[in-house]
Amino acid sequence: MADDIVIRAEGLGKKYVIGHEGQRERYVALRDVIARGARSALRKAGDMAKGRIVVPGDTVEEFWALKDINFEVKRGEVLGIIGRNGAGKSTLLKILSRITEPTEGRVTIKGRVASLLEVGTGFHPELTGRENIFLNGAVLGMTHAEIKRKFDEIVAFSEVEKFLDTPVKRYSSGMYVRLAFAVAAHLEPEILIVDEVLAVGDAEFQKKCLGKMQDVAGHGRTVLFVSHNMAAITSLCKTGILLRSGLARSFSEIEQAVIEYSGGQRAAPSQYCSNSATQVVQQISIISIKEVASAHVIELSVRTKSAQKRNVSIDICLRDSYRSPIGFASTGTFSLSKNVAIPEGVALLSVNLKIPKLAIGQYSLDVFLTDPFVEFIERIEDALRFEVEESDRQAVQPFQQKWGYGSVRLEMKVGWNV
Amino acid sequence: MGTILAGEPRELILEAGRAEKHYWRDIWDYRELFAILAWRDVSVRYKQTVIGVAWALVQPFLTMVVFTIVFSRVAKLPSEGSAPYAIMVYAGMLPWFLFSSILSGASNSLVSNANLIGKVYFPRIIVPTAAAAVALVDFLINFVLLGVLMLWFRFVPSWHMVFLPVFIVLAMLASLGPSLLMTAMNVKYRDFRYILPFVVQFGIYISPVGFSSSVVPAKWRLWYSLNPVVGVIDGFRWCILGGQSALYWPGFLLSLGIVALFLWLGIAYFRHTEQTFADLI
Repeated sequence: MADDIVIRAEGLGKKYVIGHEGQRERYVALRDVIARGARSALRKAGDMAKGRIVVPGDTVEEFWALKDINFEVKRGEVLGIIGRNGAGKSTLLKILSRITEPTEGRVTIKGRVASLLEVGTGFHPELTGRENIFLNGAVLGMTHAEIKRKFDEIVAFSEVEKFLDTPVKRYSSGMYVRLAFAVAAHLEPEILIVDEVLAVGDAEFQKKCLGKMQDVAGHGRTVLFVSHNMAAITSLCKTGILLRSGLARSFSEIEQAVIEYSGGQRAAPSQYCSNSATQVVQQISIISIKEVASAHVIELSVRTKSAQKRNVSIDICLRDSYRSPIGFASTGTFSLSKNVAIPEGVALLSVNLKIPKLAIGQYSLDVFLTDPFVEFIERIEDALRFEVEESDRQAVQPFQQKWGYGSVRLEMKVGWNV
Repeated sequence: MGTILAGEPRELILEAGRAEKHYWRDIWDYRELFAILAWRDVSVRYKQTVIGVAWALVQPFLTMVVFTIVFSRVAKLPSEGSAPYAIMVYAGMLPWFLFSSILSGASNSLVSNANLIGKVYFPRIIVPTAAAAVALVDFLINFVLLGVLMLWFRFVPSWHMVFLPVFIVLAMLASLGPSLLMTAMNVKYRDFRYILPFVVQFGIYISPVGFSSSVVPAKWRLWYSLNPVVGVIDGFRWCILGGQSALYWPGFLLSLGIVALFLWLGIAYFRHTEQTFADLI
């Protein structure tokens, strides 16, 4: 083939028509009910005559689930699609797997596509596990011969050998899901489209599924993967698409997409201002971030305002760009005597935070005021964001968060025992 | 790597309203799914029932008994030639039950397989046709009862019997057209779910099931054949009753035409709406 692009979407859009129920009065006359019913029936009959869909509800609205989506996927690429609920991920997958057609634009696909939007699609409760393997396999696009060849492997993966000839309606939900995933995991198309299906079974089985997916991705197959599990996404995918209310942005590196997704915007606020006059913490600002010896030192200034004197602990949680916690600092949690006395009125408090050398990347801080082990007084999540742009000036390659090896560089010394 | 694939993968373009270029080849590619869906429906059909497959026999047998009593004993309608009335009724009932069970099976098939439609791609026409295959299995079971009846009445079928497979195919084609139409419409307008039982209920009296179509006055005979089932039932009787039943050719040809028209209409409409099923269901 001239180019290696297997999926190309151009100006893709999908429109849905949704109906809204009008306001219902609590007390209505029979006359009104009949009149409204007649009106609605008339409208529906009109719709039907014009060959349109009958939408329940009194008013009808158009809704673009996807709008002007453009992207390309190369052969062997493992692409992660991320976005909040309702961003259009599932609609995009449904279009790509031919379940529904786009309203505008086009997609060009080269190669056999198998889509896995749900585990256990087509499972019939009355049929036995054995029968359902064949049924589900056929539904997912495997041939009879292919299923037969992989049958033992599938059964072994699912760990339900003993119940193979029991109707699946007698299965526990865990067994059901394991069997369903086992079939799906043995699909071998050229392009695989996977929706959030790894979130099934217990932790151990999930790990197994993730491993299997990694296996599939590693064999030069093109995979499109949707998940809310950022760890799974970053470990599986190379490139990414971020969907936000129907619009898409492509990233050549999945880490960038994830940062964008979890952080919102890149320009991080370095100052927090409270919008409540009664809050104790009124303002937090980053004064400086310095790199000293083998650590980063962050200097913060906190403006407090309190109606009375009180003793609190100031707790700070440091998180990386995936919002995973890295470390925790506290004044009072580890020793109650170190609680901070907040004076009456307005006061400025300076906070000095020392963190082992951080990797290049973005970070955020949660700030809590607590009465240790009793209650949270104030809880400001994602209060501040900052970016570490330089680290280890003398290193050949500075440590970066996007490598996926964490954010803190550990000190290591090596020597031979003679 | 991909095991099924040979040679260059074909390019697929997805666009609004774009007709599938490889429509029929696609259906052929999915023949295994068709077989397995049909097999699923057959094997699930009589699970957890006591008399199992015998249920397929109960309805046509009892209907045959009642029709024979009502139309032959009470209404004193003539049979075709010297054939026993019961066999004449049953010969009409076989294609009628095939027709009506395909119609009702297919029409509800898409809606009851909504989870499949919404989650995987396959040519949608597979689902109603697989439902039709299930009806065929019931038909074959009913056929056994015909043999029993023939033994009971010591009725020997003629050589016309060899043409029966042709008419079975005709019966299926005759049901498939309206079924596809109904199936597609039922996805969009669930009203058809309520219309269907009427159609089936009226149909058995409108079609010559309980009586011979030769009792219809000659001047109405052609008009009567606008009902495609008339041609099918006449054909069945011609095969099963042999020389006792004469085929009315103008009417039969008209029925054939109607069957073809409905088939074309059904497939065309189904193809036209197929791509929106997932959004509507």
